[in-house]
Amino acid sequence: MTDRIRFLLDGTIHEIGPVDPTKTALELLRYDLGRTGSKEGCAEGDCGACTVVVGELVADRIVWRPINACILFVPMLDGRALLTVESLGTPQAPHPIQQAMVDRHGSQCGFCTPGIVMSLYARSIMGAGDAPLNDALAGNLCRCTGYGPILAAARDVPPQPRDDAETIAALRALRRDAPLDLSFDDPLAGAARRWIAPRTVDQLARCLMDHPEAQIVAGATDVGLWVTKAHRVLPVVVHVGDVAELGQIDDGDAEVRIGAGARYADAQAVLARLHPSLDELVRRIGGVQVRNVGTIGGNIANGSPVGDMPPVLIALGARLVLRRGDARRELPLQDYFLDYGKQDRRPSEFIEAVIVPRPPPGRIVHVSKLSKRFDSDISALCGAFAVDVDGGIVTGARIAFGGMAGIPRRAPACEAALVGSAWTRETMERAARALPDDFQPLSDVRGSAAYRLRAAGALLTRMWLQATGGQGAHDLMAMEAIDG
Amino acid sequence: MDDAEFGQVGQVHQARPHDSALLHVTGRATYVDDTPETPRLLHLAFGRGAHAHARILALDLAPVRAAPGVVAVFSARDIPGENNVGPVRRDDPLFADGLVEYHGQSLFVVAATSVAAARRAARLAQVVYEPLPAVLTIDEARAADLKIDDSHSLQRGDADAALAAAPHRLQGRVETGGQDHFYLEGQVALATPGEAGAIHILSSTQHPSEVQHLVAALLGRASADITVEVRRMGGAFGGKETQAALFAAAAALVAARTGRPAKFRCDRDDDMAMTGKRHDFQVRYDVGFDDDGRIRGIALELASRCGATLDLSAAINDRAMFHADNAYFLENVRIVSHRFKTHTVSNTAFRGFGGPQGMVAIERVIDDIAATLGLDPLDVRRVNLYGPGRDVTPYHMTVEDNVAPQLIEQLAASSNYAGRRAAIAAFNAASPVIKRGIALTPVKFGISFTTSHLNQAGALVHVYADGSIHLNHGGTEMGQGLMVKVAQVVADVFGVGLERIRISATVTDKVPNTSATAASSGADLNGMAAFRAASTIRDRLAGVAAGHFGALAEAVRFTPQGVMAGDRSLAFDQLCRMAHLARVSLSSTGFYATPRIGYDRAAGRGRPFFYFAYGAAVSEVAVDTLTGEHRVLRVDILHEAGRSLNPAIDLGQVEGGFIQGMGWLTTEELVYGEDGRLLTHAPSTYKIPCAGDRPKVFNVALWRGGRNAEPTIHRSKAVGEPPLMLAISVLSALGHAVAATAGARLPPRLDAPATPERILAAIDELKARAHA
Repeated sequence: MTDRIRFLLDGTIHEIGPVDPTKTALELLRYDLGRTGSKEGCAEGDCGACTVVVGELVADRIVWRPINACILFVPMLDGRALLTVESLGTPQAPHPIQQAMVDRHGSQCGFCTPGIVMSLYARSIMGAGDAPLNDALAGNLCRCTGYGPILAAARDVPPQPRDDAETIAALRALRRDAPLDLSFDDPLAGAARRWIAPRTVDQLARCLMDHPEAQIVAGATDVGLWVTKAHRVLPVVVHVGDVAELGQIDDGDAEVRIGAGARYADAQAVLARLHPSLDELVRRIGGVQVRNVGTIGGNIANGSPVGDMPPVLIALGARLVLRRGDARRELPLQDYFLDYGKQDRRPSEFIEAVIVPRPPPGRIVHVSKLSKRFDSDISALCGAFAVDVDGGIVTGARIAFGGMAGIPRRAPACEAALVGSAWTRETMERAARALPDDFQPLSDVRGSAAYRLRAAGALLTRMWLQATGGQGAHDLMAMEAIDG
Repeated sequence: MDDAEFGQVGQVHQARPHDSALLHVTGRATYVDDTPETPRLLHLAFGRGAHAHARILALDLAPVRAAPGVVAVFSARDIPGENNVGPVRRDDPLFADGLVEYHGQSLFVVAATSVAAARRAARLAQVVYEPLPAVLTIDEARAADLKIDDSHSLQRGDADAALAAAPHRLQGRVETGGQDHFYLEGQVALATPGEAGAIHILSSTQHPSEVQHLVAALLGRASADITVEVRRMGGAFGGKETQAALFAAAAALVAARTGRPAKFRCDRDDDMAMTGKRHDFQVRYDVGFDDDGRIRGIALELASRCGATLDLSAAINDRAMFHADNAYFLENVRIVSHRFKTHTVSNTAFRGFGGPQGMVAIERVIDDIAATLGLDPLDVRRVNLYGPGRDVTPYHMTVEDNVAPQLIEQLAASSNYAGRRAAIAAFNAASPVIKRGIALTPVKFGISFTTSHLNQAGALVHVYADGSIHLNHGGTEMGQGLMVKVAQVVADVFGVGLERIRISATVTDKVPNTSATAASSGADLNGMAAFRAASTIRDRLAGVAAGHFGALAEAVRFTPQGVMAGDRSLAFDQLCRMAHLARVSLSSTGFYATPRIGYDRAAGRGRPFFYFAYGAAVSEVAVDTLTGEHRVLRVDILHEAGRSLNPAIDLGQVEGGFIQGMGWLTTEELVYGEDGRLLTHAPSTYKIPCAGDRPKVFNVALWRGGRNAEPTIHRSKAVGEPPLMLAISVLSALGHAVAATAGARLPPRLDAPATPERILAAIDELKARAHA
């Protein structure tokens, strides 16, 4: 017996029987439900043409988030409310955002347009907040317009919250206490498949003990591509997205404890309070749609050599809480990454939380991410530094890099060159010259080995310039055109 | 009648929304893949080669056939007709037959009951290869002297003598990378078999007639058996001019062989690996000039990577040569073009069609002259512009419509170019890390297919007895707003509102033998053809009205208030009903062939272009010299669209074209592995501009003085491609910022795309040269 997936589609309960658990929401919409407004542009969560808005019951309200349907597995809709471009207006009676897009000539070929409309709609119903408009659209690629008319349309429409009373009641009725447990006989794979979504951390721990072979999925921003691009068959998936405890964030005085299931979007404000540079770092990870599902724990567990968050978390001295059954252990994050593709995580074990000590006052923290495009790009390299200076002397340095080796890690030779030396630009340049002792980076599509080493060293100088506020401390992102 | 300056009732020269805008924003605009799937539909995937260059010794498809869900597998031997999807030379096989010439080339097609089944099965073939040496880059092809087509040259005057006699002489080089189209809608086709061998194909193509003709030849059928239809594309940019045929042909083959409908929806990563891109170019120059920077003589050598087959490379490289003058008079000039064959996917049309690469070449020459002389590059541009007595191009065409000087001066003033350049010099002197740069570059872009016979178009207009109007023509809609422009033209002829006009899908059974919607020519050609079709019907209706009113046909006017003669009027739909009862035909074709053009390629002489489109842009950038990162801070554009048919649509083309060009020159980098595999085959690694890359200050205007000197449709100008090249100002501005790091009279060597890595390398190289 299999559970049935239940979610709200335009306020009506939609129930799905046996289904391939790694079928994407986009496939469901387009080919089963005839909702072809959502488009497939890339099937990997980068272009946003498939953007839908998913509502989730959080305490007493609904949080609506734009999400990429192309890498959202259908069971991840369970217990949630789904809105697509078809949920808004019609050509005869367009929604104000749709009308503004028409009035501003915001569509040309029209293929990215439904996704853009949904991103703007989500922004509108959740209140615009402080996030710049460019950020709201960083996950929506448009190849025709150059974005100007779209941004103009967005500015035309004031925020307008939804009346969520009925949705709240309906989603309450869809709540589960027991894990969602789906079985599916896969004719293509010729095997039985399983999807289990526990509700509590204890259930999760037990479930992983029962299924040590299971693939853990949180936001599926990476695993989604294993399916859509690599065509992998995942026999057993354990989805952690319904384990509310796992998403908890404790913003303590001495340290911050971030549940592994906390999404970037949820953690951004707390991370920003650790240090402002983390705000910009998180802002540049994926687009809104990715940050709405991608989790801090997933980002670490995934073990990417680049690692969006690990370099800075390593520099800040973060620790992981790993759990296996009822047993917990703590591990410095820097020790979690063993080698390319290898992490210190045992079968049935999962990351429960990451604990980040708050930097003491006066500690210099610097994060720089270098990529071909500023927004929604993966680092060629990312440098994260935490440096203590006392009396003009560097007394402590944690220098971490992503993209410089098979794993994100510290730079001991560079650190040694810093500690005990004068806090000067010359010291930065000397420490930069030690980097080749620490790293023999690869050349790949994001940058050559030579560039990586050269630029990594320059980031130390950038840190020094910004910390000392001297000439040349300009922030490129804040530059304005010159007055002649 | 063709040379009507203005519309008669003001439907043209007006901002109108895209005809499908409301459908776009509500998700109701349908693209090929939105067609409801029928139960017997087959889904397709290609099996693809795993070498850049190899002999196929054995191809065992049994494991593919045995995979779950697979219904059929076809390879080269299953093609009843010609194994070709190439437009010009017929050297582009649908399936590699014994020889693989680029990594990822199609070997066979799998038809299965689901997309997943097809894609999984496609990986199961057992292929035995004999790898052959692969030539991947321009340098390697140059060394191997491997060319896809003969080299070609243009000359005027005596370049060598002028070079030898010039007061200053400089040699240099610049490279520009390729560019993936990244249309948001990937390649897709849906083929449905009909009776007696007929096949209907919904294809996302800029060139339905070519798909029709290629599929007919491939299936061994007549063109009349094949119908190709396209309502709209989700972007194309040249990438669906020839490349769509690969997918349409595979779908048609499966439909023909199985008798079942077949859909090929290509995965994005496969699309990027399997379809051609903008040609990357290497340019070498040798220029002689005087103290003012005026070019006395120049020799330019253009070399491009064409890929494995000819595709459109001949015309693309020709157009690069035709634009290596841009807006400048090159009195003594020799332009040589080499078209190299490489074992990479065959490069193809992309907005600008070689023009941008040629234009980068000459703009770099100008920047380098200015850097060497210590002059403002704008002053060097000014002294080199075409002007009276200096108005003949390297291909011996006289420039008759030159408005570049006026545009440039107006833009220089409105953008405060001189004041800002001075302020930037002061800023840079005081800023060791961040350097700013600014540049103004013009665009002069030739309009017409340089293959003259392609400059023709047909239209079909029906007026129904209820007064509604069905509009059809050979042009395709890819987002550029062609349909609404042509509808405006037709509405104007009849004096009716746009709502009366039903825009219909482009389909080969309505207008035959069409040219691609390309070369920016869509509105020029199809607008005029539709104007003629509508005018023919209008004249017939005027005759009916004249009889009704007892007036002369010439006195009948078609207005929004109705059809009038003197003080008498008749509703348009009443007149249509009346004409039907009077047995007057209310249907007409219209045909247009561009006048005045003709080009002798062998001699390198003639008039390849009906006219030129002009524009200019000023870009200001800031570069972080520690890392090479940059931002585009402000852009001012003044672009000429003649008397614009639809200023809103044209502004959209200008803005969007600029940003796309900026992407080409900055963030968009194609990287191939040593094995010839494209490594940047997804938006995760290939970075087109996103919203945050739009310049913080972006002032875009159409030039108010615009009027086409030639009698195009209501004196409008083509606007699809030219604005892309306005982005060359960004590359020049980046060069200016890089140059500021050394302070010497040395031209920086900054290639495109100007990624942070290339910018940093250019800074290091320049500093090293300055200290040498």
